[in-house]
Amino acid sequence: MASDHYSIFSVLREALRGHTGWKPAWRNATPQPDYDVVIIGGGGHGLATAFYLAKMYGITRVAVLEKGWIGGGNVGRNTTIVRSNYLLPGNIPFYELSMKLWEQLEQEINYNAMVSQRGVLNLYHSDAQRDAFARRGNAMRLHGVDAELLDQQAVRKMVPFLDFENGRFPIHGGLLQRRAGTVRHDAVAWGYARAADRLGVDIIQNCEVKGFRFEGGKAVGVETSRGFIGAKKIGMSVAGSSSRVAAMAGLKLPIESHVLQAFVTEAIKPFIDGVVTFGAGHFYISQSDKGGLVFGGDLDGYNSYAQRGNLPVVEDVCEGGMALMPRIGRVRVLRNWGGIMDMSMDGSPIIDHTPIPGLYLNAGWCYGGFKATPAAGVCFAHLIARDAPHETAKAYRLDRFATGHAIDEKGMGPQPNLH
Amino acid sequence: MRIACPYCGERSLDEFIYSGDATVRRPDASAPTASEDYVKYVYERTNPPGMHRELWYHAAGCHAWLVVSRDISTHAISSVELAKDVALANNQAMKESA
Amino acid sequence: MARTKEAPRRDPLQPQRLVDRGIVDHRRTIEFTFDGVTYKGHPGDTVASALLANGVMLAGRSFKYHRPRGILSAGSEEPSALLELRDGARREPNTKATTAELFDGLVAKSQNRWPSLDFDVMSINSLLSKVFVAGFYYKTFMWPAALWEKLYEPAIRRAAGLGRASDAADPDVYEKTTAHTDVLIIGGGPAGLMAALAAAQSGKRVILVDEQAALGGRAIDDGSIIDGRPAREWVRSVEAELASRPDVTILRRTTVFGTYDGGTYGALERVNDHVAVPQKHQPRQRLWRIVAKRAVLATGATERPIVFGDNDRPGVMLAGAVRTYINRFGVVPGDRVVVFANNDYAVSTVTDLINAGANVVAIVDSRPKPSEAISRIASSAGTKLLSGAVVTRALGKKRVTGALIRTQSGAEVRLFCDLIAVSGGWNPNIQLSTHVGGKPLWNDDLLCFLPGSLPPGMLLAGAVAGNFSLPKALGSGADAGATAVANGTKSVSIPVPKAAEDSVRIAPLWRVEDHSGKAFVDFQNDVTDTDVELAEREGFRAVEHLKRYTTLGMATDQGRTANVNALAIMADITGRTIPQTGMTLARPPYVPVAVGALAGHHRGKSFKPTRLPPSYKWAKEQGAVCVETGLWLRPSYFPRPGEKDWLDTVKREVNTVRNAVGICDVSTLGKVDVQGKDAAAFLERVYMNNLKSLAIGKARYGGMLREDGILFDDGTVARFAENQYFITTTTANAVRALQHMEYCAQWLWPELDVQIISATEQWAQYAVAGPKSRELLRKIVDPEFDISDAGFPYLQVGEITVCGGVKARLFRLSFSGERAYEIGVPARYGDALMRQLWEAGREFGACAYGTEALGVMRIEKGHISGPELNGTTTPRDVGLGGMVSKTKDFVGRTLGTRPGIVDPERPQLIGFRPVDRSVRLRSGAHFLAKGANPTAANDEGYMTSVAYSPSNGHWIGLGFLKHGPERVGEIVRAYDPVRGGDTLVEVVKPVFVDPEGARVRG
Repeated sequence: MASDHYSIFSVLREALRGHTGWKPAWRNATPQPDYDVVIIGGGGHGLATAFYLAKMYGITRVAVLEKGWIGGGNVGRNTTIVRSNYLLPGNIPFYELSMKLWEQLEQEINYNAMVSQRGVLNLYHSDAQRDAFARRGNAMRLHGVDAELLDQQAVRKMVPFLDFENGRFPIHGGLLQRRAGTVRHDAVAWGYARAADRLGVDIIQNCEVKGFRFEGGKAVGVETSRGFIGAKKIGMSVAGSSSRVAAMAGLKLPIESHVLQAFVTEAIKPFIDGVVTFGAGHFYISQSDKGGLVFGGDLDGYNSYAQRGNLPVVEDVCEGGMALMPRIGRVRVLRNWGGIMDMSMDGSPIIDHTPIPGLYLNAGWCYGGFKATPAAGVCFAHLIARDAPHETAKAYRLDRFATGHAIDEKGMGPQPNLH
Repeated sequence: MRIACPYCGERSLDEFIYSGDATVRRPDASAPTASEDYVKYVYERTNPPGMHRELWYHAAGCHAWLVVSRDISTHAISSVELAKDVALANNQAMKESA
Repeated sequence: MARTKEAPRRDPLQPQRLVDRGIVDHRRTIEFTFDGVTYKGHPGDTVASALLANGVMLAGRSFKYHRPRGILSAGSEEPSALLELRDGARREPNTKATTAELFDGLVAKSQNRWPSLDFDVMSINSLLSKVFVAGFYYKTFMWPAALWEKLYEPAIRRAAGLGRASDAADPDVYEKTTAHTDVLIIGGGPAGLMAALAAAQSGKRVILVDEQAALGGRAIDDGSIIDGRPAREWVRSVEAELASRPDVTILRRTTVFGTYDGGTYGALERVNDHVAVPQKHQPRQRLWRIVAKRAVLATGATERPIVFGDNDRPGVMLAGAVRTYINRFGVVPGDRVVVFANNDYAVSTVTDLINAGANVVAIVDSRPKPSEAISRIASSAGTKLLSGAVVTRALGKKRVTGALIRTQSGAEVRLFCDLIAVSGGWNPNIQLSTHVGGKPLWNDDLLCFLPGSLPPGMLLAGAVAGNFSLPKALGSGADAGATAVANGTKSVSIPVPKAAEDSVRIAPLWRVEDHSGKAFVDFQNDVTDTDVELAEREGFRAVEHLKRYTTLGMATDQGRTANVNALAIMADITGRTIPQTGMTLARPPYVPVAVGALAGHHRGKSFKPTRLPPSYKWAKEQGAVCVETGLWLRPSYFPRPGEKDWLDTVKREVNTVRNAVGICDVSTLGKVDVQGKDAAAFLERVYMNNLKSLAIGKARYGGMLREDGILFDDGTVARFAENQYFITTTTANAVRALQHMEYCAQWLWPELDVQIISATEQWAQYAVAGPKSRELLRKIVDPEFDISDAGFPYLQVGEITVCGGVKARLFRLSFSGERAYEIGVPARYGDALMRQLWEAGREFGACAYGTEALGVMRIEKGHISGPELNGTTTPRDVGLGGMVSKTKDFVGRTLGTRPGIVDPERPQLIGFRPVDRSVRLRSGAHFLAKGANPTAANDEGYMTSVAYSPSNGHWIGLGFLKHGPERVGEIVRAYDPVRGGDTLVEVVKPVFVDPEGARVRG
């Protein structure tokens, strides 16, 4: 008997027979001639969408097409933070839906993605910043989301080792979301893939979409490196490459591709518990369950598809780190990588129809894509299945730029690299 | 990345500020299609996976705006021009085509 | 079995040390401690070589199973011998014993063990290894859900990590520097040295970088003979020649860790890691940004282990490392040695071992047919040669005691030994060639990846290009060096020294089939060959999946001894070739780099520059309390004796301004000089309001929009001459506003004749505000200038002189709502002018005031500032809708008419006061209709700015409220749950003082 359900019992049973009974987490599917829904992009979002299409909307004739290996985009290249501490009414309900889905994820997909709610603390360094955080925290509370405004003393209690005394920008306090935290990023892709596969979804790796086929103005399928695949509906979920794929359908998006670097240090014994975000520089940090400090900062700032950045931002991020917590000075950076962000013009995502019937778009995630994974899956699945936006994602319209309804959390305007 | 500023010579990336696509031009506000034109101008981007004409500002140098031609898949820079020269040439070309 | 010569002499205090070998300084003996035991070593040792000299092989415990681990390598690829180096604030976890240079008094501890390295309770994990396979945690710990955060995860987190980081701030300093060079040579081994020699002939700038304290690389490690003399002598002569050339810089103890765009390389120089504490006034480490026209990659190669049973036991060591310990350090790591190899590197290993007096028990060569070189050494050394044989298992726990061998015929042989020297072939150190996207290529003859496409300007030399033999390394180095300076064509050539050609023949062997025990692929992360098989079984066949699922290659050694073996095993299981299976691309850094080094001196107060306003010194003399405003430090308030808190002080300052006069440094506002024939036309396009009618000698408030119709910045525009304007921006936006104006001038409207320059630092500017401001100024402004209300009315500007001829500018502007002026002088007079104003103000009871009082007074007047200019508000939102011109084009005009921008439901600026006047208001509170439930649907806006208004005797606020202006008189809730606030407030007009605006005019 092959072990299919994951539990301590199946692990023990397999331990006794050398783990020879495990089945592949997902089948290596070969493409069928056509599907009800084809999702382009085997990242976290695409796989979650396929899973929820099958689970919540009963649509199982679904294929997820992945150019390379699943989970190789931003779901595998982020800093693993999940949170719903947003400011604007267009964002909070969506990210809170996502938090709630994270909280039940392991039971839902029978995969331990190590959802770890150890809190996200955003530090403030001035009265104005405190009040802006208060506004945000209050908005969260009005939406039923947990938020606490901490003073300096409370922050000292949580993270006593920050540079309170000698910092260039003194730490006055912080905005804390206790339910926020981190999730083992790769496991999210694998867990959704496995769960979707069990519901009949075909996950097709090494299958690159080369173009769309239209009939009567409607999208009817995709040309791929493995031949034509027909589809009643097609969802694009290829953040990082959205402009490229959309261009095959003749669409121009309000998106630029930017590189965001991230860092992990050598594994060390427990050092910092939750996530801390520096408010006076570009730096945020957490520690993985394996012991590495995971941190990041700002975008490099220029358009890029290269999945790598340059030295100035590396230095800038580490400067923020040393300014915030000078005890990391001798901890060594082990790896530094870059992910390609779909930076939208207002810093918020798009989950919407395209002007082409049958073609749907999930894009523009900026750096919010990972934490959004479950909700993006639900909302994109809902849009595709019902042809109407999900209640929590109504603001993520493609035409909001034309109508003047930008969702601009940072207030930086139509300048993607500033969001 | 290093950018050869026509005034200052080759300088490191951190002296410059990036501002995006240099192929979009500010439309005529009095045109009947101005509303749509401006939405396209401000929001829609080609974002091509290869050669990209883009604007940079030499913030820690001469304050010149530059038009840099760069392959955004490899970061290889093939030319750097003064934005003012490019803009004037564009204006000239538009005048001639009109 | 026979020893060919008399055994070399050993040091009685260091049992494995040869007294006459290597390049360590045998004349000096230093002491160090490891886990509290004191040992002796020599300068030039690493911690690893010194431990080995003392016969210590057990150095650490593995990550997951806590298996005892020894010393595998002699370099930065070391996966096992990781120590906590130093103690206290300088404690450095996970330090590779193989790269840490020994110094007197060095303190090192083993890590990830309790209570001791020898007896580690957690080695019980080893018994559970059948459960703890790759990815087991993804399958369990899910039930019950509540236990994850409470029980499971805390336990996992406690087990995580290897060493402990210091709890205290890093006491050392770091610095950064930038170097430009014609040729950067990365690696000072034989190939790199030849490249440097060749490049140096040209007289061009050359930087030679090497990881180690001593140059020479593998020529030293292998004890090579070059031009008939020992490598160390040859290296010394090359070094001397390079040192004699002024354009050659040699950086020792320096590792190039990253290749970046534009020929930029990041390198780390360990300036003082080889001493206990950095020498005075010196950094611990130095970050080099090296900009090179050409780079020669001469980084050599790293030896691969072979995957066999219990191949992680202390005493299993890479053959090249064995040679390094003998030849560089004069240390014999074992006395009875089995050499296990799939290639001819075994030959020189055996030679060195025998010359060092060790007993080579057997050569286990996996190739069925022995190469000529192997046969020759076996017979000359009288050593047993087992061809077509493999070591299936290392015996012993904390130290190898023997090897289980399967011979070609399948027989099992057990040999006693204390060291197994392993060579699985060599992986070129190609990492730096792949950082910017170069794809490596598999070479079937050499059984390794070689650099494929190279970064612009990079050349290869030596083993990194597959030139594994010394003559080829020397030759390719000379070629690369010559090419690097010759602009593509070879022009200089230098004689290549002679060296013996060693055989480098190899046949594939990645892992030993049918082994017993655990066979490790990744030592540090405890990934075994069965984990690779499990990953394959579960579908994690893509290399990145394999890596991520098993954590292979993710440890501090960056998988340098693991990745290719894992790839080969996966290829083998899936029936594909290695190139078909894939390749994980290396990411920087090549070796782990301390966060402190990447940050340099940017920490503490030096994190960012501090900008000081011109009156700062004077203000500090006055006891001002300062506050960070962006990069500026600005006086916030000026407390006086007897005042009980900041509010007391601010009340006094506001009252003084409103009743007498106050002085405030406003130099931090952005100041921009705009000149040119088309300056007027330019500003007309940049600002949303009409400026065409602005007369010479007048100033006007102006607002700038972004192109999306959102308010960007505000300030004043003053016209000093037909073609000369002087504008101010907010402090926060000074840099961005200038950039925006340059953008408009150079890119949007290049045809306009306009020039723009920042004058923020050039002018010191002080607000003199209050009913007595004119009287005060009269004492400062030179008498020939008329500043009467008639001669210098509200919004007048002019060029004047002060204090007897100092050039100045006077602006009659008011942020406080009082009669007020701003007076500007060249910044060098700033301090003096403030002192003059202060003296002159004495008789009027003048006060100095800071940002707090400034803020109170602007809120009392309903002027917008940072909290209202938050990047999401429109002119109409802030009550300036009427100012927006309808007759001209300007930035933001077209998109400012979109439905979402002009939506009447957008919250609009209005004033608030508490119904209970004694209550304090808080900005950040949200507004709810009185009686409405606190839900998002009922959210009607938020408070942006609050102040205690001394003029009103209670708190006041500004905020955005839906239909605000229509709701004056209504009572709403200011809901502030994050601070426990819930206050009823009355909606009032956003002007709390002098609503008619009479006072500004005098």
